[in-house]
Amino acid sequence: MTQITTEEKNQFHFIMISGEIDAGSSILLDNAFKEAVEKGKKRIAVNLSELSYISSAGLGVFISHLDEFEAEKIKLVLFGANESVREVFSILGLEKLLVMVGSEEEASNYLDE
Amino acid sequence: MSRNLTIGCSKTELVKLRQFTSDALEKKKVPDLQAHKLVLAVDEVCANLIIHANDCNPRNQIEFSIQFMPRQIIFTFRDRGVGFDINKYDSPSMEEIVSTRRQGGLGLMLVKRIMDKIEFSSEKNHNICRLIKSYP
Repeated sequence: MTQITTEEKNQFHFIMISGEIDAGSSILLDNAFKEAVEKGKKRIAVNLSELSYISSAGLGVFISHLDEFEAEKIKLVLFGANESVREVFSILGLEKLLVMVGSEEEASNYLDE
Repeated sequence: MSRNLTIGCSKTELVKLRQFTSDALEKKKVPDLQAHKLVLAVDEVCANLIIHANDCNPRNQIEFSIQFMPRQIIFTFRDRGVGFDINKYDSPSMEEIVSTRRQGGLGLMLVKRIMDKIEFSSEKNHNICRLIKSYP
């Protein structure tokens, strides 16, 4: 069961992913990003603490939006990923393309810079 | 020892495949982090077979099996879709994926980095894809 919720907190746009993101459910994450862009969100934090699994379809959503985020000057940070999920990002070296931190506080600090 | 599962070519079946694989690896006491990666590689190959080789037609089936050998785990997929040899697929570069804003292309890159060997063959009217993980 995959669930995506959003929340505005301290002028930041939080996207919380719970459960598993695979080829079937990655569209939910893609929609959440598209909605954030349409609403003009400039600082986005994605909470991965409740994410138990992500496949390339989910990674692809992050990667496919990077170019657009840079063009639109949107800041993106991911936080709270467990060890297995972090490992999946690092197999492809994505931690070099994405900002990934441990805690929500670190994520907020990054968005505040 | 071998374990078998048959699934229909629908993306919702991937949950079942992951659960089956994860249970089998857990019973064999494969460490969690390693098991997570093997489940991922299996999921990626199966998603490809469902989407690209079988056009998400739920009437088509994929037979999946896991064999535990003394120093190897062999994951086998059999289907009757359009044959697709992963080894002949040239993964796009990460720069290309980012600049073209595409979402595909990462899955097979993951599989190649996780597994030690990928074999593909077509026999009569079905295709066989084997993923092999070896242990020292």
